[in-house]
Amino acid sequence: MNNSNRDEHHRFLHEHFGITTRLGQFTVALAGNPNVGKSTVFNALTGLHQHTGNWPGKTVDNAQGNFTYLDHSFLMVDLPGTYSILAHTVEEQVARDFICFGKPDATLVVLDATCLERNLNLALQVMEITSKVIVCVNLMDEATKKNININIPALQKELGVPVIATAARNGVGLDKLRQGLYEMSIGSCIGTPRQIKYSPAVENAIQQLLPNITRVIGPNLNPRWVALRLLDGDQAFIKSITSYLGLSLIYLQEAAV
Amino acid sequence: MNTLSTTVPLSSLGIGSICQVVSLNLQGLLRRRILDLGMVPGTPVQCIRKSPSGDPIAYLVRDTLIALRSEDASQITVNLTNQY
Repeated sequence: MNNSNRDEHHRFLHEHFGITTRLGQFTVALAGNPNVGKSTVFNALTGLHQHTGNWPGKTVDNAQGNFTYLDHSFLMVDLPGTYSILAHTVEEQVARDFICFGKPDATLVVLDATCLERNLNLALQVMEITSKVIVCVNLMDEATKKNININIPALQKELGVPVIATAARNGVGLDKLRQGLYEMSIGSCIGTPRQIKYSPAVENAIQQLLPNITRVIGPNLNPRWVALRLLDGDQAFIKSITSYLGLSLIYLQEAAV
Repeated sequence: MNTLSTTVPLSSLGIGSICQVVSLNLQGLLRRRILDLGMVPGTPVQCIRKSPSGDPIAYLVRDTLIALRSEDASQITVNLTNQY
């Protein structure tokens, strides 16, 4: 980002998300299902350097905290705990909008090692929006107690993004987490998230929509993700695009349907 | 797939019974929510307990206990199975 873009993004974050970043500070979004130890990860990384408020215009808690790694400052934004970012509770909209429009330098998705299956749903959804994803498999100590063995390298290979095992409440894996977030933020680590492949009918429809979406949205959002939302008939998301980017997609949606 | 198995609404399951999801006859937000909780076709589900009035009902899905209104559970079609 050049300076004027950076200033603009700084203003955008402040206006839409109530987030004030310092010059050169990286932003990290923290996502995860309820009860996966997300707050423990947040507290372990940011310690006492955090404050809470509300998301602008929403009655949803917004916690932010700072940490430093290798002389780089990070602002971590704790998103509401959700199972998904596709249904339309206020919490899910907040989480989705920040990952989509807040353009964090990295999104950390915390998973519960004792029920990976259900948790991977959210990780895959986030991976459809952004490639800057790091997966944190937390509660590894609980998993060990339950004789659950997780092959982290295999999971990383399957997902195509960095996967880091942690037991946040015991401080295990936190350094690797900081390092991972740092490498992704400075761009020395680039993920290639595995994309869900849909039925031929859906994939064809996506291909038909892509040229127009790319033309209208430009580099603002992942065009495949936007195509999927249009095909989903996701009115709330189309409204979000209008309010965050000032773009109307109504006619694109008509083309989709 | 056991071709001899019968499909019934999830709400008709007795406590302790295990079944597999066949289809969700739900629309919109509720359909999305149920899918997000991991109840997709083929998923094993066990009925764990029912509230005194019979509504809601608690089901075990992918190691997580989920309570569903019987009205919603009646829209989920399942296969009775005795094995995972």
